[in-house]
Amino acid sequence: MIAWANFTPIPAFVGGLLIGVAAAMLILLNGRIAGVSGILGRLLQSWGKESAWSVLFILGLVLAPWFYSLAAPLPEAQIEAGHARLIIAGLLVGIGTRLASGCTSGHGVCGLSRLSLRSLAATITFMLAGIVTVPVVRHLLA
Amino acid sequence: MRLLTAFVSGLIFGLGLIISGMTNPAKVIGFLDIFGHWDPSLGLVMGGAILVGVFAFGYAKSRKTSLLGNTMQLPTSHSIDKKLLGGSLLFGIGWGLAGYCPGPAIASLLSDYTQPLIFTAAMLGGMWVSSKLS
Repeated sequence: MIAWANFTPIPAFVGGLLIGVAAAMLILLNGRIAGVSGILGRLLQSWGKESAWSVLFILGLVLAPWFYSLAAPLPEAQIEAGHARLIIAGLLVGIGTRLASGCTSGHGVCGLSRLSLRSLAATITFMLAGIVTVPVVRHLLA
Repeated sequence: MRLLTAFVSGLIFGLGLIISGMTNPAKVIGFLDIFGHWDPSLGLVMGGAILVGVFAFGYAKSRKTSLLGNTMQLPTSHSIDKKLLGGSLLFGIGWGLAGYCPGPAIASLLSDYTQPLIFTAAMLGGMWVSSKLS
């Protein structure tokens, strides 16, 4: 059942276009993939000649809410997860995205844009895993 | 120059995540909740991004160097193996547990919430562990 009250098609699409523009900029100007987990993971592994631009990309991402708040108050976030769940989730996301060499941005946005079957397989897998996890967690905690 | 373009790209990426509502874990969990109260918004975020991306990457594939003269580093791996699928499975479980993936978590660090800090610290820990194992 679609929750029409929560559906925000216009901001979602406009925000999506901006994410696409950001990924387009990085590949066309810098020749690099805008995959957040890959950029972070490589930074944690070793410092090299790819590190300076990586730090600046991450810095842009970090400062985005600050820039946003100059124009308008930041939107509220509803965060259900408590500390233990956040830590377990963070560990799984960190380990999983490095094993899979990509996350929602690297595989989901850039990979699907490249029409990569490997990225399609990754995206289907993490989406299905998330779709199963949400009701399971709800039942376990109910 | 390419440092500035990387910064601007990260900034636009983050603004896109905030505007689209993806820095709100409830929106992400709402998308994954197809058996409950489904919020299709995330699908439109991906659709919008891919709509631009298809043209950008299509053009990128035809070039050897970027417009600023860097090597064009497009992924070359095509293998669909256990590492890809197992990793994506773990990632998806974590994503569904908290409603955060790496981009939105980083773009939420400077918000009024402490939860993204905790998630990000654990995520960086997981990435570090992963780099030591492989």
